[in-house]
Amino acid sequence: MTESLLKTPLHDWHVRRGGRMVGFGGWEMPVQYSSIIAEHTAVRTVAGLFDVSHMGRLRFAGPGAVEFVERLLTRRTCDMQPGVIRYTLVTDAASRILDDALVSRENDAAGSPVVGLVVNASNRCRVVAWIESQLPDSGVAFEDRTFETAMIAVQGPLALGIVGRLVADAAGAARLAALRGYRGTEAVVAGVPAAVTRTGYTGEDGVELVVPAAEAERLADAICEAGKADGLLPCGLGGRDTLRLEAAMPLYGHELREDTDPFAAGLGFAMNVEGRSFPGVERFRQPAAGPSVVRVGLVIESKRPAREGHDVLAPGMESPVGTVTSGSFSPTLGVPIAMANVAAAHAAVGTPLAVRIRDAIEPARVVRLPFYSRKKT
Amino acid sequence: MAALKFAPSHEWIRVEESPAAGSVATIGISSYAVEALTDLVFMQLPQVGRRVKAGESFGEIESVKAVSDLYAPVGGEIVEVNAALPGTLDTLASDPYGKGWVAKLRIDDPKELDKLLDQAAYDASVGRK
Repeated sequence: MTESLLKTPLHDWHVRRGGRMVGFGGWEMPVQYSSIIAEHTAVRTVAGLFDVSHMGRLRFAGPGAVEFVERLLTRRTCDMQPGVIRYTLVTDAASRILDDALVSRENDAAGSPVVGLVVNASNRCRVVAWIESQLPDSGVAFEDRTFETAMIAVQGPLALGIVGRLVADAAGAARLAALRGYRGTEAVVAGVPAAVTRTGYTGEDGVELVVPAAEAERLADAICEAGKADGLLPCGLGGRDTLRLEAAMPLYGHELREDTDPFAAGLGFAMNVEGRSFPGVERFRQPAAGPSVVRVGLVIESKRPAREGHDVLAPGMESPVGTVTSGSFSPTLGVPIAMANVAAAHAAVGTPLAVRIRDAIEPARVVRLPFYSRKKT
Repeated sequence: MAALKFAPSHEWIRVEESPAAGSVATIGISSYAVEALTDLVFMQLPQVGRRVKAGESFGEIESVKAVSDLYAPVGGEIVEVNAALPGTLDTLASDPYGKGWVAKLRIDDPKELDKLLDQAAYDASVGRK
């Protein structure tokens, strides 16, 4: 294993549990423990635990924090109440998309506003460098808290119940039970003080917990123990990828790149351009005609999964009409699925297309995204 | 039963009789490789009648995560394939050296078999005793 890969506070925990460690975004992470399909299915039916400590955890405090973040991100944040979380993009002055992220508002112990930003592991360094280049001389205290904290995602229909059993005090348990989607609170979970958010990257209900790095193993053990009888499994990045693909969540470097049109990628909701001036805003003033290429879902009508970079073909047309951005076998649907950028003329749901998969041309069909959405209760 | 030989690329080959040019050998995928791949979802078999050289890709095996080529351990002509296998990929894990066979090959040059690993050498190469 390469020396230069970073290790999360749960690295040894993964190895002890038989995690197969691979390099991802500069970190040594488990791709799976047992089987990707078994871990995926556990999340869809029961619950799974993911170490997501590799994600960057950034924090803005000080009297200028709220105003600074409002001018930094594509998403409006100045109106966020404490406990609110939003999906946003991070752009630079050249209109390049540096990352996608979750931004959160909290108050510190003294009641002063604090803003959190969770960014992708692979983009953390350049996002931090970009933010540092934009900081005012005073008024904003910016911190990268990735290394002093750990982040654990518990995802699945039973996730909240399992975590809830570990909250001893009634007030904390009540806050957790009342927590809505894309909201955050604080709770002491298995004796560990945690920032808890009802967020995730699986298309399933669940929470993400940020805790001091030194407490990560204790918390992970407690969650696994509490969920054992239900069938909770520790899950790796392999299942995380098939889960997010079924939920049609974009992955930076695949559905989203520096030059992606966020409207074409279905991320227009993160682009609050009206009356705002985030870096590079000019490129994102939406053209009236709509995008010429759009992100679609494809079901491949054979057993052979399409993969990133494969050409999408239309009947009777020589040159490709699109490119696959992510593809795999869907454990939930039992068929290969893919997301692709396709010319708008071929993007309607039901359109028969094909994918060139190495030497074979496999028929495919445009389907509505997401491929999977959980039953809301 | 004749001894298995292994290619470093994790295919096994077995020649039932004493190997000569024209002998038919059975080819499959080692249990180590099947366990390492996990979550198999697709397999592409070669065409019967196709000629392959030693080390040439003659098929594909694909897991949830990635696709891998299957390489011919020795050169020859594909004379039969296990047509049921792509529909029952679990067999690769449950019986990799029996019902999980992939193809039969009429071998060109039995000397090529000498370049392959025996069971002990292969097991050592993948860190198994």
